[in-house]
Amino acid sequence: MGGAHPYIPNSAEGSKKALMEFLGISSVEELYSDLPPDLRLGRPLKVPGPLPEQEILRAIREKLSGVRTALDMPVFLGAGCWPHHVPAAVDFVVSRTEFYTSYTPYQPEVSQGMLQALWEYQSMICELTGMEVANCSMYDWASALGEAARMAARITRRDRILVPRTIHPERLEVLRAYAEPAGLRVEQVPYDRETGQMDLEALKTMMGPDVAAVYVENPSYLGFIETQVRAIGEVAHDGGALYIVGVDPISLGLLEAPGRYGADIVVGEGQPLGNHMNFGGPLLGILACRAERRFIWQMPGRIIGLTLDSEGRKAFCMALQAREQHIRREKASSNICTNEALCAVAAAVYLALLGPRGLRELCETIIYRSHYAMKRLDELPGIKAPLFKAPHFKEFVVNYDGAGLTAEEVHEGLLKAGVHGGKPLTGEFPELGQSALYCVTELHRKEDIDRLVEALGALIRR
Amino acid sequence: MVVSQPSFRQARWEEPIIFELGAPGRRGYLPPRPEPKVVEAVGPIEDLLPKEVLREEPPRLPELSEPEVVRHFVRLSQMNYCPDLGLYPLGSCTMKYNPKVCDIVASMDQVRWAHPYQDERTVQGLLAILYELKRWLAEITGTYEVSLLPAAGAHGEFLGCLIMRAYHKHRGELARRREVIVPDSAHGTNPASAAMAGFKVITIPSDPDGCVDLEALKAAVSDRTAGLMLTNPNTLGIFESRIKEIAEVVHDAGGLLYYDGANLNAILGWSRPGDMGFDIVHVNIHKTFGTPHGGGGPGSGPIGVSEELEPFLPVPRIEYDGKRYYLDWDKPLAVAKVRSFLGNVAVLVRAYAYILALGPSGLREIAEVSVLNSNYLFRKLSGLKGVAVPQDPDRPRKHEFVISLKPLERSTGVRALNVAKRLLDHGYHAPTIYFPPIVDEAFMVEPTESFGIEDLDGFAGAMESVLREAFEEPGRVLEAPYNTAVRRVDEARASHPRTMALSWRMLRRRGGP
Repeated sequence: MGGAHPYIPNSAEGSKKALMEFLGISSVEELYSDLPPDLRLGRPLKVPGPLPEQEILRAIREKLSGVRTALDMPVFLGAGCWPHHVPAAVDFVVSRTEFYTSYTPYQPEVSQGMLQALWEYQSMICELTGMEVANCSMYDWASALGEAARMAARITRRDRILVPRTIHPERLEVLRAYAEPAGLRVEQVPYDRETGQMDLEALKTMMGPDVAAVYVENPSYLGFIETQVRAIGEVAHDGGALYIVGVDPISLGLLEAPGRYGADIVVGEGQPLGNHMNFGGPLLGILACRAERRFIWQMPGRIIGLTLDSEGRKAFCMALQAREQHIRREKASSNICTNEALCAVAAAVYLALLGPRGLRELCETIIYRSHYAMKRLDELPGIKAPLFKAPHFKEFVVNYDGAGLTAEEVHEGLLKAGVHGGKPLTGEFPELGQSALYCVTELHRKEDIDRLVEALGALIRR
Repeated sequence: MVVSQPSFRQARWEEPIIFELGAPGRRGYLPPRPEPKVVEAVGPIEDLLPKEVLREEPPRLPELSEPEVVRHFVRLSQMNYCPDLGLYPLGSCTMKYNPKVCDIVASMDQVRWAHPYQDERTVQGLLAILYELKRWLAEITGTYEVSLLPAAGAHGEFLGCLIMRAYHKHRGELARRREVIVPDSAHGTNPASAAMAGFKVITIPSDPDGCVDLEALKAAVSDRTAGLMLTNPNTLGIFESRIKEIAEVVHDAGGLLYYDGANLNAILGWSRPGDMGFDIVHVNIHKTFGTPHGGGGPGSGPIGVSEELEPFLPVPRIEYDGKRYYLDWDKPLAVAKVRSFLGNVAVLVRAYAYILALGPSGLREIAEVSVLNSNYLFRKLSGLKGVAVPQDPDRPRKHEFVISLKPLERSTGVRALNVAKRLLDHGYHAPTIYFPPIVDEAFMVEPTESFGIEDLDGFAGAMESVLREAFEEPGRVLEAPYNTAVRRVDEARASHPRTMALSWRMLRRRGGP
């Protein structure tokens, strides 16, 4: 490339020369004199470019032209990353360069905007979950769960974590990645095959003086609502364990706040709150807990606090930094540094726009539509939807056994008909037969659901 | 030169907390209502969910119209400094310019609306971009294979340490190899990540130049060594010239070498961690590859590994068979995932565009100019009264440098923290202070390649002015800042049990700030 690069002011020949003259060098080489010859690459990197802007966009648009998303066909996938509308005002706010290009607010006096927005996020998460403290984000639900398990183990000085058999398998894998190096054992509590509910008796027999935490997901990975959440919490507390609840925050517009049924730590996936799916990332890990000293000081991640400036004005800054890696190093409560702050700001804007009423109405629409889908699918011969006899929110298991179809055949058939079906569960939950996990939100109109039902009906008749 | 009074003024909105705004009944978004036929088919909602699972009372969220929400957050944004406003020389953070074309790519519908569990045939283009990106990152870092999974640098470190575990476990040596060695100049995430992965952290002192003390390293390695975590150039901005010897010592002891990629910007296209002998390398996409920091995140921290460690990378792997891109789950030795799905894709596609925009020549140019800018500023600042240069002043720095304000503190009582605060008044973000911990009153400056000579001169002028002021009128500097949205923030109060207010709920319960 000849001449200056548009992103690099001092790549202009004159500027570069001026810098070198000031430094008394004739070549940049002299600044790399300490780079041993055998460590020099000695050839250009084998990467494409440089391309002018329009060529970059052309190349990428061309690559992406064949991609088909929920904008091109009805897609009934959820399972931890959910399609919801992102209000235009959310995208606008998080596109403000002051928010999106800044760094972690190490200098609070010039970073009040980000700090206040994050504090408001923490506060709204507390209102939703019924907890009193939330951090300002983890990477995603799964890693938040991993950190919550470690946190519970530090608080209780115990080492067993009981989780439902119906946990999202990918979340379980991440939990194990976080838990096992800390010497924690993760065990799964069986469930009732009729209702999906956690087997309370089994839980009781698995309890013991070494159980650090009992974890439930509500709504569960498989879509049903866990109705015994209060009882499960009591079993955990009776055994001296903490109670961790995982949530889809959207559902809390209507469903009871975990803080009201005994949760000590709440984790969850904040992506549906104003964040695009983005092929699965970035996501937004929620982590909230009770305002007890033994909890707060064991929390991972950044926490924003309200304080005063030297003239008595309200001001915000990062609080409790003595827990964190840049101070405590190997004794820190977690290694997390960069988090998902901007996604948290999106969530704050989203919740502010919807308010309590908007969130409730959104939940109602989701429930009407998901139940409409379940009802219509269940009417098809040989199809069972939902598979579990339990209340549901936006996801549900559809079983194809009675229709003599495999989950794979249904997936292929639907895709050919221009519908992307749910996530096949055959590998994850063989005991559920030929089943798939479907998700219906406010974005799925009646006609989209009807199209799914028709396409599946045609497959059955064939 | 006289002390110049800074003209910068940050917006000072005294914006209420959002819970204090709005009025009952207002709303900023209208959710769609279900079609009448849907309602008719399923019946009243009361029959769909039992009462005991419903909230007893609605969440106490604010109630605002859309313009109120937008005004609130725009006002907040005006009270936030960012690199699009000026120099943001936070050492080790690489606060470079974030090209706007990359934002366009990240906001494309095919990115935003793609679901991670979609059938591979429907997302070939996305898989292609991710596949190519991981190949480019392998080339840039000199590694064999790359995982795009981690969400941040520290997340990459954690995954890297899990791979260290898996490797030693596979060789039947994990029970013995419990120690990870970290220099005392390392980023805090290094020891924290190693500890999270279950290792005991052994800290070794640096030599007077801030580099690894080879004798100390030799004394620290043993058959208990799992690995060494290092950044090169180190946190003093100095290249570890004896890296090959360091690698040899660690490898001879049976350990692995981990590369913290926070400082990769300095050597892009010049030298590759893989060629230096590093076995595991993480890359901070949000530092080196120009993606925005988002006020703290999201970032992305892919890791690259040597051929020997490839089997341990987590699944799924994004692969290409010459015709189609696919996810490969069949890797029996793979470690567990550290997060869901494939990675921070919206960040990664930006990096893809960034590399296309720079190409091999531009990437090398980034390194060169970041190093030129850094040495230029280093020379300008190290001559100022009150400044000391704890490491060899004649040795070239790389993308960042560290000076000490110890002399200033000794003669005026003004500390690095105060100078940092006073720089804010001049319209600059402060450098990283008190890091690395091995330097007294450390001032760690990383200008990046994104700023021109005039910007560097402006910053040097502000620094000179602040130091002069510290000698002439120290009280003025000690009370700084003045021109920012708020004056000096009481950070201790935020963490004190009696005054702590971490949420609106806690604040309400306490009855105000």
